Amino acid sequence: MIPRFSRRRLMGAALAALLAPTLTPLSALADPASRIVGVGGSVTETVYALGAGDRLVARDTTSTFPEAATALPDVGYIRRLSPEGVLSVAPDLIIAEDGAGPPETVQILQQAEIPFITVPAALDASGVAAKIRAVGAALELEAEADALATGIEEQIAEVARKSAEVPTPTRVMFVLSAAGGRLMASGQGTAADAMIRLAGGTNAVQGFPGYKQLTDEAVLTAAPDVILMMERGGGGNHGPEGVLSHPAIAITPAGQAGRLVQMDGLYLLGFGPRTADALSDLHAALYPAGN
Amino acid sequence: MVALSGTDETPNRAPVAGDRRGRARRATWALALLTLLAAWGSLATGASGISLGDALGNWLSGEGLSLQERVVLLQIRLPRLATGLLVGAALAVSGAVMQGLFRNPLADPGLVGVGAGAGLGAVTAIVLGGMLPATLAAVTGIYLVPIAAFLGGWAATMILYRVSTRAGRTSVATMLLAGIAMQALAGAATGLLVYAANDQQLRDLTFWQLGSLAGASWAKLAIAAPVMLIAMLGTLGLARGLNGLALGEAAAAHMGIPVQRMKNLAILCVAAATGAAVAVSGGIGFIGIVVPHLLRLATGPDHRNLLPNAALLGASLLIGADMISRAIIAPAELPIGIVTALMGAPVFLWILLRRRGLLDL
Repeated sequence: MIPRFSRRRLMGAALAALLAPTLTPLSALADPASRIVGVGGSVTETVYALGAGDRLVARDTTSTFPEAATALPDVGYIRRLSPEGVLSVAPDLIIAEDGAGPPETVQILQQAEIPFITVPAALDASGVAAKIRAVGAALELEAEADALATGIEEQIAEVARKSAEVPTPTRVMFVLSAAGGRLMASGQGTAADAMIRLAGGTNAVQGFPGYKQLTDEAVLTAAPDVILMMERGGGGNHGPEGVLSHPAIAITPAGQAGRLVQMDGLYLLGFGPRTADALSDLHAALYPAGN
Repeated sequence: MVALSGTDETPNRAPVAGDRRGRARRATWALALLTLLAAWGSLATGASGISLGDALGNWLSGEGLSLQERVVLLQIRLPRLATGLLVGAALAVSGAVMQGLFRNPLADPGLVGVGAGAGLGAVTAIVLGGMLPATLAAVTGIYLVPIAAFLGGWAATMILYRVSTRAGRTSVATMLLAGIAMQALAGAATGLLVYAANDQQLRDLTFWQLGSLAGASWAKLAIAAPVMLIAMLGTLGLARGLNGLALGEAAAAHMGIPVQRMKNLAILCVAAATGAAVAVSGGIGFIGIVVPHLLRLATGPDHRNLLPNAALLGASLLIGADMISRAIIAPAELPIGIVTALMGAPVFLWILLRRRGLLDL
């Protein structure tokens, strides 16, 4: 087979040449990384989706899918990685979602000469594809990643085509938590907002970035047709029925029609390899009677 | 209260009943040993399973350390140990000084506004740090949060001090009450910023408030260590004055203690030590209350022994708590504030119950 030179290998070679007088040859010149730490739910999922799950030796707290990932050692929350914890699994590559840290840990890992690859964050179809290709490049599985990314882009485009035919978009309110009767709802710029739009809905809550607590009047003004929640989404005693019987939500169209959609948090908001499936599911839930 | 009178250099003084100075000195040696043991344990244990003995052997035999050993021992465990020692000592000594100054066994450094101010500073940096001009952000870099925490704690203390000082006299009662008002104010401002924060910032805030030694680095220590060391050395000169103050301000003044100057120095030292400690490690509770209490029970209230002993016990306790926080869910780690609170709160309750009659609670 013709030798392939990925960008990482070339960069590694260049680095090795620079440091050659002081260091033994870098692992980048050797075989593809086989002791990988996956940091971030969507990154770990992608590694498994590319069939490289057996090369993972550890994961972060947010990596909860697939089931096999939860059996790996947990090196901490994505933004609070413990430096010695990460080093303890003797990794030869760390693939992390954007925002992994803290910077002190990243610095120490760089001092330990462990390649640390940060994958860009994504909130749309091309972003998901870019994420998957970046993970693929890190794993030196470019062809597999390309196939997976292209498939996902096509599937998301299919949802977009169906969404374009919808006469009136469904108004969706994403409720992060309803604990104690206080509704934390998603405004703009969040993964939930992006998913609602990509699935052909409209975010019923407009006017602020991130997640905020809504007053009852704001809930009435939003007038959602559907309430979207995560499974185990902090409902407390306001579980599925509880949310719909919330005094303000009960009078909205969603409350009247009893329309509540619940999906797994990482599946719905992860923007990883399952995002296209999640979008199809969400679209189907928003527009049940065909289109 | 026996040890208050006279100088302890009088060689042929008759032994007094209840004199616990011999016990306190023996305790100092025991605590120094405990600190050394804890330090060794802290260097020797960790998720990566690197052995300190092997590494030392290699180093001594001239083989040199592997890269992994060098990074783990010199860049992770050693700065962490040094930070833990200093922060633990600073918090415990600050607590002891505060309790002496306010003549209140429940006083802690939080009372002079350091905690609330530092918290507000850190939250401001986490939430609004992104708005800094690029040049300033480049200069402060990852030290923005610690620097802001230190400045916040410092500013709050100075404001409180101004409020409670009138005609050159600082009223500790006013300071106590003003401290409560200050905490409410800083709490409200913090709440406002929390409301404006996004999810990632909220996560960072939560972790900062729980405290951790995980961010320890030589660079941070280079800034914070001199502040903590100088402040702690400064408190050593306070011991006799604090002993006198236990009898009341008037009595202390009659004993020839420069009360106002002593108060100034005490507040300055506590603000600097706690501010620097909070800046590098976030909010770590209970060390400042539990350590001096335990020592007073065991070896008496004489500040000449209490302050150095508190430094040693605080340092070894915090290192011990850090070892637990690293080991309990390895390879991840628990924020150390959770560990100190879990260890400290029950001990504190036990002390209160035992001394309920004494404190008239």
